[in-house]
Amino acid sequence: MKFAHKHIIGTQQLSKEDIELILETAESFKEINQREIKKVPTLRGKTIVNLFYENSTRTRTSFELAGKRMSADTINISASGSSVTKGETLEDTAKNIEAMDADVIIMRHSCSGAPDYLAKRLTTCSVINAGDGFHEHPSQALLDLMTIKEHKGKIEGLTVAIIGDIARSRVARSDLHALKTMGATVRLAGPATMLPPGLEEMGAEVYTDINKAIKDADVVIMLRIQMEREGGNTLMPTLREYAQFFALNTENIKLAKADAIVMHPGPLNRGVEISSYVADGNQNVILDQVENGVAIRMALLYLLAGGTDAE
Amino acid sequence: MRILIKNGRVIDPSQEIDSNLDILIEEGCITQLDNNIDPLGMDEVIDANGLLVTPGLIDIHVHLRDPGYEYKEDIVTGTRCAAAGGFTSLACMPNTNPVNDNKALTAYMINKGNTEGSANVYPICTITKSQKGKSLVEMGDLKQAGCVGFSDDGLNVDCGEVLRRAMEYASGFDMPIITHAEDEAIKAGGVMNEGRVSTELGLVGNTWVAEAVTISRDLMLAEITGVRLHVCHISTRRAVELIREAKKKGVRVTCEVTPHHFTLTEEAVRGYDVNAKMGPPLRTADDIAAMKEGLADGTIDAIATDHAPHHIDDKNVEFSVAANGLVGMETALPLTLRLVEEGILTLSEAIHCLTAKPAQALNIPRGTLKVGVPADIAIIDPDLQWTVDTNKLHSKAHNTPFQGCKMVGAAMLTLRDGKTTFERS
Repeated sequence: MKFAHKHIIGTQQLSKEDIELILETAESFKEINQREIKKVPTLRGKTIVNLFYENSTRTRTSFELAGKRMSADTINISASGSSVTKGETLEDTAKNIEAMDADVIIMRHSCSGAPDYLAKRLTTCSVINAGDGFHEHPSQALLDLMTIKEHKGKIEGLTVAIIGDIARSRVARSDLHALKTMGATVRLAGPATMLPPGLEEMGAEVYTDINKAIKDADVVIMLRIQMEREGGNTLMPTLREYAQFFALNTENIKLAKADAIVMHPGPLNRGVEISSYVADGNQNVILDQVENGVAIRMALLYLLAGGTDAE
Repeated sequence: MRILIKNGRVIDPSQEIDSNLDILIEEGCITQLDNNIDPLGMDEVIDANGLLVTPGLIDIHVHLRDPGYEYKEDIVTGTRCAAAGGFTSLACMPNTNPVNDNKALTAYMINKGNTEGSANVYPICTITKSQKGKSLVEMGDLKQAGCVGFSDDGLNVDCGEVLRRAMEYASGFDMPIITHAEDEAIKAGGVMNEGRVSTELGLVGNTWVAEAVTISRDLMLAEITGVRLHVCHISTRRAVELIREAKKKGVRVTCEVTPHHFTLTEEAVRGYDVNAKMGPPLRTADDIAAMKEGLADGTIDAIATDHAPHHIDDKNVEFSVAANGLVGMETALPLTLRLVEEGILTLSEAIHCLTAKPAQALNIPRGTLKVGVPADIAIIDPDLQWTVDTNKLHSKAHNTPFQGCKMVGAAMLTLRDGKTTFERS
């Protein structure tokens, strides 16, 4: 089956078949990462640019490793701010990179829609969204799905609880779209200040009591709380109270199915949204997510840049 | 100079006229309105057979960007755009650079409109000096200079006391206070309507409450001060309800709606279309229904465009930092005629919302074909089909969400003071 997309902007655009193809491809690449010599020539001669307008360690490293293990040339560009504050427009930056014959631009940006903007203005280069504002983070959702499938053998029919600042989470949106497409039930939970309107219409069950969301869930995904947002902001009174009512701990995890898995996109705020006992407990699959992240990103790069059918 | 407009269907809601009449123009003024005026001895005879002849349209909410932002638009191009849309008079907002809070700038705008422009320019001045929300402008002086109302434009006057005093003071000069009703704190940085679409797109939402709360406050302050309050570009059902109720109570309030707020919903933002980014934002289908109800029952007085030309550099950026607004004067008439097609307004009511009613809201002495007035006239083909092409519009700017849309109806000939300001080729 041929992959029909030139860009990966969000999981909202991906069909069930697309997601299955990505997961199958990633599963086949995962083995490469476990070899002693972790390199294949699949993308030799391809140029991949990490264009990051926001700080990132995990995602950028993961994409960079994915490219290098496929023998692509990868470079990183760290930029800051939007085109307005930076002086050069986003379009100019991207076109300059394209003019240097890059094959894929992997982009993270604080403005929702920035990768979509880029994709519409580039002619040859593919764009992968590595997180845009509060919009989408598709590779994270895909690695989440891969991890769930590894542990549960399937996705369809599962109940997945996602807990935290849903309003400001691109991971939650990408997970929601992808999980719904694959036939899972998705519960979103957090303080009401972090639950935006329209989530039910998008197919989610919505809870302000996280115990109800966790009850009988197969998967619990905890979202990172932005620590710097506390104080001078009205989303929650204190981190202390947040931890008391909205964190996953050794008590409320018992409400989930006995074989439930615990996930987190990282980095963890131990003691805030997740207790260390749960984060390190035997239900956690957090490092599996990280490992699968490299495989998923290899698959995305391969599907976008490795297609040489026409040549 | 004697000009005769013959055989047109004359629609002048100010005189409740809708019939086939001829109009005689002498020395720039209308001197006769009658059946079968003899064309003998005329300098020019315009055959308006099959066309509508209306008072020149009046747009009481435009941004002409002059002085200060001439790279976006200026008074020459903005009024040319107006003439092409059938407009002969404009009230322009004070958010120029420097802002229009003084007599000299007011005089500059009026004069440039008269000498170089293609429409009459009626400046709206700020409520507060430098638009800072603190101290009042010299309202009496500005009225004498030709200003028609006061507005801090896109900046809401947050301080209730300042606004109350401004209303009291303005009421003494029988001048309207014009408000862009949006509570900044409740708006909380929102860049589109708050709802499912903003959630899906991951954009910060601007709830209807931000508009409704401010309108509630402003209506009560208008009630206590007796000022004439004009509420700009209402966009929400609650705004219509609040204003309807206030009018019943006798509050001296008028309001306007833009064509885009009764035509487009928040769905237009999908794909992060910066041309669908507006302040206030495009709302929901239910809000559009409320706008139509408000127009039909007269709660909404005027249709105004909020013509907001922006250079491509201000629009071609990430959605959340892109400028608000669209160029609206050439699409206003056909979008209004759609309401007639839908049975929301009669043709006469539609023209009323674009002529005498907006004129009355700001006491602009135009918008009528009464004998003796300056001959500001639009001759309209209500059936002309055309497609919006931003490169063919007359603004310096190209920002419109209607690019490529099919329109029906357009001004064929526009006269100001009896002189042609636009003729469609």
